[in-house]
Amino acid sequence: MMIEGWGRFPRQLCRVHAPRDEAALRMALAEGPRIARGNGRGYGDCAMQRNATIDMRAFRRMLAFEEENGQLVVEAGVLLADVIATFLPRGWFPPVTPGTKFVTIGGMVAADVHGKNHHRDGTFGRFVDWLDLMTEDGTVLRCSPQENAELFAWTIGGMGLTGIILRVAFRLRRVESAWIRQTTLPARDLGEVMALFEANEAATYSVAWIDCLTTGAAMGRSALMLGEHATTDELSRVRRSAPFHVPRKPVRKVPVDLPQVALNRMTVRAFNALYHRNARAGAGTSVVDWDSYFYPLDAILEWNRIYGARGFMQFQCVLPTGAAKEGLTALLQAIAASGQGSFLSVLKRMGGEAGGMSFPREGYTLALDFPFSERSASLMDRLDAITLDHGGRFYLAKDARMAAATLRRSDPRAGAFAAMRRECALGLFRSSQSERLCL
Amino acid sequence: MTAQPVLIIGARSDIAMALARRYAAAGHDLQLAARRSEGLAADAADLALRHGVKASVHELDILDAASFGPFLDSLPVLPATAICVVGVLGEQAVSEADPAAATLVIRSNYEGPALLTGLIANRFAERGSGTIIGISSVAGDRGRASNYVYGSAKAGYTAFLSGLRNRLSKRGVHVMTVLPGFVRTRMTAGMDLPLRLTAEPDAVAEGIYQAAAKRRDVIYVKPIWRLVMTVIRAIPERIFKGTSL
Repeated sequence: MMIEGWGRFPRQLCRVHAPRDEAALRMALAEGPRIARGNGRGYGDCAMQRNATIDMRAFRRMLAFEEENGQLVVEAGVLLADVIATFLPRGWFPPVTPGTKFVTIGGMVAADVHGKNHHRDGTFGRFVDWLDLMTEDGTVLRCSPQENAELFAWTIGGMGLTGIILRVAFRLRRVESAWIRQTTLPARDLGEVMALFEANEAATYSVAWIDCLTTGAAMGRSALMLGEHATTDELSRVRRSAPFHVPRKPVRKVPVDLPQVALNRMTVRAFNALYHRNARAGAGTSVVDWDSYFYPLDAILEWNRIYGARGFMQFQCVLPTGAAKEGLTALLQAIAASGQGSFLSVLKRMGGEAGGMSFPREGYTLALDFPFSERSASLMDRLDAITLDHGGRFYLAKDARMAAATLRRSDPRAGAFAAMRRECALGLFRSSQSERLCL
Repeated sequence: MTAQPVLIIGARSDIAMALARRYAAAGHDLQLAARRSEGLAADAADLALRHGVKASVHELDILDAASFGPFLDSLPVLPATAICVVGVLGEQAVSEADPAAATLVIRSNYEGPALLTGLIANRFAERGSGTIIGISSVAGDRGRASNYVYGSAKAGYTAFLSGLRNRLSKRGVHVMTVLPGFVRTRMTAGMDLPLRLTAEPDAVAEGIYQAAAKRRDVIYVKPIWRLVMTVIRAIPERIFKGTSL
C-alpha cells in the first residue's frame, strides 16, 4: 500500500505487514529488508521500506508498573497518549515528550526524542531502563546499560536500524497536577532570545517560537515560553480539589487537503505578526492544561493537511553553542532572502549529547517547515550547507531529503554506526531513509 | 467501587478482547478463560493497568466437558456476568468431506458452549442472580450451502440459549443471545465483507454492553441484520434452495 510520513513526502508503495504476535513478526522478518513502523509521526521516509514495512501498532499492551520508582513496562506500539491517559490521573507524567502525543513508545526510543526540558533532563533514552530487541534471526535480546550495552546505546536514536524494539521499560516522573505554570517572555531579536534562554537555564521547560520572516533589527524576534508543572497550591481552589481533571475540549480536524496557495508568504507573515502581538500582550504567567501546553497541534487532527496534497518538509538542525549565534543568523538570513515562510519555527536551547546516533547536542536547535516545492528544496540545500559550516547536525526523524554525504560530514558517528551494522549483520533492518543515507 | 466481575469464555478472540476492554473501562474485574491461556497474561496485565481492575487468567478447553466443574470451582469468585464468545468457523468444504473436521466445528460451537453455559446457569440460578451472554450467529437463523455445518451448530446454541432464558426468567437470571453479523476480526480476515453489514469488534462490544444493561433478550448488533435475516427466513424453501446466498 502507499504510505507516507507525517510530512506526506515522500509517498511510497510498500508491502506492509501488521503482525499481531511475535511468531507472526518473525515470519515478517523472513521477508528480507524490513523496518519497523510506529504511528507514522516521523516526517520523512524513516519508517518505510518497500519490501517489508512492519506496522507495530498491534503490540499495544502495557505490561507492568512499579509505584515505588515509576517504572512502566510497555509493548513498543503503545501510544504516548495512552500512557498519559492512564497515568496522569495517578500523578505520573512522561519524563520527556515530543510535540505530539500520537507517537509510539518504540518510535520515541528509535528517534530518541527530546522535549522542552532537554536542556535539563536530556532525551527520552535517558529514562529507558531496558528494552527487548528482536534481532536479525528473530532472537530477542534484553538490552540495557548493563546487558548488551553497545546494542542498547545504538538502538536509542538508531531509527530502528538495530532491530525491532518489542518492549521498553522506562521511568515516569511524579507530578502534582495536570497543569503547567507557563511564563511567556517576548524577545525583540535573536540576541535577546538567546540571552533569555541562558538566563532561564533552571526552568524545567523552555521553547521559543521564532519569526523567520522579519529581517533587519528585529530579526529573530521570538516568544520564549517557560513552563513548570504546577504544584497543587499554585492551583485555584476548584482545580485543587481535582488536580488531574482537565475539562474536555473539542477536537478539530482539517477536513480536506488545503490548496497549497492557502499557506503563502502573506498568511505566514500575518500568522507570525499575530502570534508575536499576542505574545507581547499575553506576556507574563498563566496556568494552562498539559494538553494545550505540550500538544497544541494535536488539538487539530491531521494538521499536516494544511500544506496540501504535496506535503511539506521539515528542517531541524542543532548548532553547537559557540557557533550558534552566527549560524542562526545565517540561517534566518537565508530563509528571509528566499521568501519562503516557515509556518512554525521553533528555537530551543539543548543540553548535552547522549550516545549512539542520538540527535541532540549542547547548543541551539532550530526546527522549520516548508510546503513542498522545488524552491523550498533548494532553500533546504542552502540551510544544510550553513549548518555544516557551523558544525551542526540534523535530526533524522524529520529528514526526508538529505544527501548521504551531508550526513557523513555533519556527524562522524554515522560512519561508526554503519560499520557497527555491518559487523553485527544488521543490514536487513533498513528503511528508505537508511538506504538514501547509506547507513 | 469495583463493579461485578465478568467471566469471558474464549477470551483470545478479537470480540472477547473488545468486551474485556469495555467492561474493564466500566470498572468490572475480569476473568479471562481460554485454551493456551498463557498468551493472555500480557492482556490481563494491560487491562489491569489501564483500568485499575483485577484481571485473572484461566485455562479452559471448551471440548473438555469434564473439566468445566473444576474450572468453575477454580474461579476467584462466581462472576456476576458470564459471556461465551467461543466460536470456530472452520471451512465448509472441509467440514463436508471430513467428519473429524465437522465434529470439531459442531462441538466447539454447540456442545462445549451449551454444556458450559448450562453449568454456569445452574450456579447462577442457585444464587438467584446473574447474566449469561451467549455469542451465537446469524448463520444459525437459516442453513445455507456456504456454511451450514457452522450455522447448524450455532442454531443449536441459539435454541439452547432460548430455552435457558425461558427456564430461568423467573429465577433472577438473565440470558441474552447475541447474533453478530459480519465482524472485522481474525476469523474473517481476508474475506470480502460488505461494509454496511460489517461491524468493528469495539462496536460489537459496546452494543453488547449497552444491551445487557437494558436486559435485552436477543440482539443483532447492527440493526440492519434483523431486517436481513427476517427476509432470508421468509423466503420459501422451494425458492431458497435454488439461491446462493
